[in-house]
Amino acid sequence: MNLVINGEDHLDLPEPLTVMGLIAHLGLPEKKIAIERNREIVSKSTFDKTKLAEGDILEIIHFIGGG
Amino acid sequence: MSSDTLTVAGHTFNSRLIIGTGKYKDYAENAAALEASGADMVTVAVRRVNISKPDEPMLMDFIDPKKFTYLPNTAGCFTGEDAVRTLRLAKEAGGWNLVKLEVLSDPKHLYPDMEETLRAAELLIKDGFDVMVYCSDDPVFARKLEDMGCAAIMPLGAPIGSGLGIQNPVNIRLIVEQTKVPVIVDAGVGTASDATVAMELGCDGVLMNTAIAEAKDPIRMARAMKHAVIAGREAYLAGRMPRKKYADPSSPLAGLI
Repeated sequence: MNLVINGEDHLDLPEPLTVMGLIAHLGLPEKKIAIERNREIVSKSTFDKTKLAEGDILEIIHFIGGG
Repeated sequence: MSSDTLTVAGHTFNSRLIIGTGKYKDYAENAAALEASGADMVTVAVRRVNISKPDEPMLMDFIDPKKFTYLPNTAGCFTGEDAVRTLRLAKEAGGWNLVKLEVLSDPKHLYPDMEETLRAAELLIKDGFDVMVYCSDDPVFARKLEDMGCAAIMPLGAPIGSGLGIQNPVNIRLIVEQTKVPVIVDAGVGTASDATVAMELGCDGVLMNTAIAEAKDPIRMARAMKHAVIAGREAYLAGRMPRKKYADPSSPLAGLI
């Protein structure tokens, strides 16, 4: 499956894939991030139920230093 | 003095100093400066995770969001829609309703785009956010933002990162006098006396980043700022003596030998 994550193409990801599966695949700390899928926020409580589809556009964000 | 707290949108803070988390050498230095400053609220930015480096240190590993209040900002947003999108994500990432709105314009001076700031504030308030708003030191815009329902008015003292100090104390004082929600000088502080001046003008708090992060010894400067804010607040509450044109001896002139 092919996804666009943070503006970059990610090809040949394993399927089927949930948001939780993707987080584990990428090795990201689930509690410290937030995810938007096709401009809609994916609530943390639904990470394991949300199935990703071909061509989904994801934004994965966290907090960094700022003023 | 311990009961002199800052309350914004129903949330009470022990310190009237809010510090940024940008421009530090690393997050460890940032955390040490925060500890020294006594602040209990920090501004943070929302950015994409570098997914090619999932093990990179994260801000939350150094500054515990359970111990300190994260105030997510909208730096980098140029429209109201971008601001709403960013802060909705921030809320999901562990932020909360209290947010800092800043809609910037020209990178040369980083003045707020007030037209877009007003529009963004309206969108955010409709979306349920408590908006602390970075704004110009114009009392007319400050009034409009307050009337709209912003939780705190945060006029700049001088351009962001300039360290020039309070350039227009007259305007800051006008804003303080007319505003019922907290007024917090955001941006422009360079050294401790600048923070004291802001507090002596009657501001409810000061928000700063570069003045601490780019000091030669950020931790020591953070401590200086803690004292500066307390000193300015205490002097404001104490009420300064009137200014006089001529000297007035401190020792009595009567009974001289």
